[in-house]
Amino acid sequence: MKKHSVKKTNDTVFYIIITLASVSSVFILFGIILSIFSQGLKLFNSYNFLDFITGLNWYPVYDPPDFGILPIIAGSLLITSLTIIIAVPFSIATAVYISEIAKPHEKEILKPVIEVLASIPSVIYGLFGMAVFAPFIQKLLNLKTGFNAFTASIILGIMIIPIISSISEDAINAVPMNLREASYALGATKWETIFKVVLPAAKSGIITSVILGIGRAIGETMVVLMVAGNSAVIPKTIFDSVRPMTSTLASEMGETPVGSTHYYALFAIAAVLFVITLILNFIIGLIRGSLKTRHNN
Amino acid sequence: MKNISDKRKLRNLQGIILLRIIIAANIFFLFLFLAMIFLKGYKVLSLSFLFEFPRQHMTEGGIFPAIIGTLLLTVISVIIAMPLGISGSIFLSEYARPQWLVKIIRLAINTLAGVPSIVYGLFGMAFFVYFLRFNVSILAGGCTLAVLILPIIINAGEEAIKTVPTDIREASYALGATKRETIIKIVLPSALPGILTGVILSIGRAAGETAPILFTAGTFYMIGLPGSLFDKCMALPYQIYALMTEGTHPEKQHPIAYGTAIVLLVLIFIINFTAVLLRYKIRRNRRW
Amino acid sequence: MVDVLVENLNLWFGNAHILKNIRLDIYDNKVTALIGPSGCGKSTLIRCFNRMNDFIENVKIEGRILIDNEDIYNEKSDVFDLRSRVGMVFQKPNPFPKSIYENLVYGLKIKGIKKKSVLEERAEKSLKQAGLWIEVKDRLHSSAFSLSGGQQQRLCIARALATEPEILLLDEPTSALDPKSSNKIEELLLELKNSVTIIIVTHNFSQAGRVSDYTAFLYLGEIVEYGKTDKLFTVPKDKRTEEFLTGRFG
Repeated sequence: MKKHSVKKTNDTVFYIIITLASVSSVFILFGIILSIFSQGLKLFNSYNFLDFITGLNWYPVYDPPDFGILPIIAGSLLITSLTIIIAVPFSIATAVYISEIAKPHEKEILKPVIEVLASIPSVIYGLFGMAVFAPFIQKLLNLKTGFNAFTASIILGIMIIPIISSISEDAINAVPMNLREASYALGATKWETIFKVVLPAAKSGIITSVILGIGRAIGETMVVLMVAGNSAVIPKTIFDSVRPMTSTLASEMGETPVGSTHYYALFAIAAVLFVITLILNFIIGLIRGSLKTRHNN
Repeated sequence: MKNISDKRKLRNLQGIILLRIIIAANIFFLFLFLAMIFLKGYKVLSLSFLFEFPRQHMTEGGIFPAIIGTLLLTVISVIIAMPLGISGSIFLSEYARPQWLVKIIRLAINTLAGVPSIVYGLFGMAFFVYFLRFNVSILAGGCTLAVLILPIIINAGEEAIKTVPTDIREASYALGATKRETIIKIVLPSALPGILTGVILSIGRAAGETAPILFTAGTFYMIGLPGSLFDKCMALPYQIYALMTEGTHPEKQHPIAYGTAIVLLVLIFIINFTAVLLRYKIRRNRRW
Repeated sequence: MVDVLVENLNLWFGNAHILKNIRLDIYDNKVTALIGPSGCGKSTLIRCFNRMNDFIENVKIEGRILIDNEDIYNEKSDVFDLRSRVGMVFQKPNPFPKSIYENLVYGLKIKGIKKKSVLEERAEKSLKQAGLWIEVKDRLHSSAFSLSGGQQQRLCIARALATEPEILLLDEPTSALDPKSSNKIEELLLELKNSVTIIIVTHNFSQAGRVSDYTAFLYLGEIVEYGKTDKLFTVPKDKRTEEFLTGRFG
């Protein structure tokens, strides 16, 4: 009887430890929200919120400074949309090829290739962009500088292909075999089966992968920091230099005195970035949720 | 009739060829990428590059402190994240109640997984560096990286634990084991290789991250090794960035950056290769 | 000697009434078979004896199961101690992904027995009881997965015997095995009943006829008939038993 109670106590203690340790992730999330927002919101003690959101000028070290983040948001948007335009077709094509067309031995080569691409640190992509690709693009297109939104987006696009394609591939693999067989049995070619049956069936998984890709593109720092040219001006063409949110944070935080308005403004940008990723997560959650209810029905 | 069918066959062929071209482009890019980095950097590689300290403001000498710094940062991040992460995966897969707590924890993990690494960096700076007064240090950087890899470890751990079949859990209970005993003696050992694969992949991730350590741990130039965990450190990814953008002697410093990139790539490939080997071994040995 | 008595046992999963008013007096050192069509509740019933149904959500159990005059569903009853006194063997062989030896001593270690000599002695004894000793004595430390399916199941029996239980529960123990391995296990049960009380669920009533002394026929959660196996099989009292045995349903 006594041993029994010892065992029970041990089990309860273990459960409590495990639960507390698991709850740490919730605390960490709260910690992130609290530290980012508490610092970020302090900006608006001395700077107008509307000016921050709609201001066209980001001159943080002028006197008086301007903290308009429109050019920075524009930089992020431009880079993200270009990246997605470049990455999505390539990613889906890669996923389709690996899951539908590649023979087993091809898969054995392709999957590691994709995994290697996924494991390369972003700073090395940035290095490649700086040292090889930007000069190449500059010469090729005869531009003033190779460090621009276009170059950065290509590098970033290549970087996120593995992410989008591996998740899309999972979605495509989850399409039941009998759907494909039904299509072939009706006389469809492989190409028709892929486009008319497989891809539509895997649609929500593919959309999820694209949204995750958007999240990665908008949150990626090193490539844009090293390749996008770092000029906080609203871009007129895709060959202009831009400074998205992430590279603004990375390039300015190091030289900003703690507690200055500029410091708070950078945290405010981080808060914006955080909210954007929250929204993207929320959309993914919605898609997954609707998928679940559909399966249950 | 024949005509239409021929057209469809042609389209099929064209489509598949297009896909093949895209795949070939992927592979071509990977090789181009690796070749360019290697060609630009191999000249500086040598044993003394790996094991010597930098000299003359990073224009000469080796990158030993950066290698040590990266090792320290990753080791600390894993030491912190592994127990928390494995606990998290045990909670989600074995206890999974109360339901509301599971939902909240899942929401937190999914959100954390999507937070950009630079935001982790700012959080680390605000929380570890200033609030907890770790200063810019190996400890602050390690903690920040730990937060970054936590969701990766939890997700991998949960996947691994899920593959452990229910019937051996039942066998354990039927022999009089408690839930804790069953988890510690049966479930975790069975899921261990899978959990470790996730941990190793997260080590690779931590070793390659730059943005989280920009303001929490990294420094450009050190002539000695850090004396304690409260010192700053050099780190391979940070050094690549710093040499490329902040250096004053690009003609001497850029080659060092390429060399450092090769070292970092090799390190990460070794780490990932270990994980792949482990995964391969699990698949081969699994009998259930 | 052990005394097992089931009194007015009722069990619900949510709203589904799975076991209805079960009364059963299990005889010592005999083999009692639970038979019946699938879904009759026989597996649920056998899992009541070591409280393996506790894990199921929304389960509600009323009534008593007395083992040595102690109600195992009593609040004070120690479920972990109960389970080391009541061994269980499952449908599919389920060895742990550990060595043969580690499988055998698991239950003992759980009970806090650490002495190597005791562990080794018990491991050997239970392997002998399960008729596996000669086959595995030279490779006790190789993986349990290196054994064949039939050997694995006998290892699971040995594992259950290692804690020296008074009762051994077997839930369709041969359903995943080939006929030859099944025969071996049936022979084993006939030997084992000298030292342990056996309750076996089987879908195969010729097996019940071969190994059991008593048989309970369950139908729709009720015990329709319970008695000596040879009697029940040759002159069933209830029409439903007869129909089941002659293969008219099931």
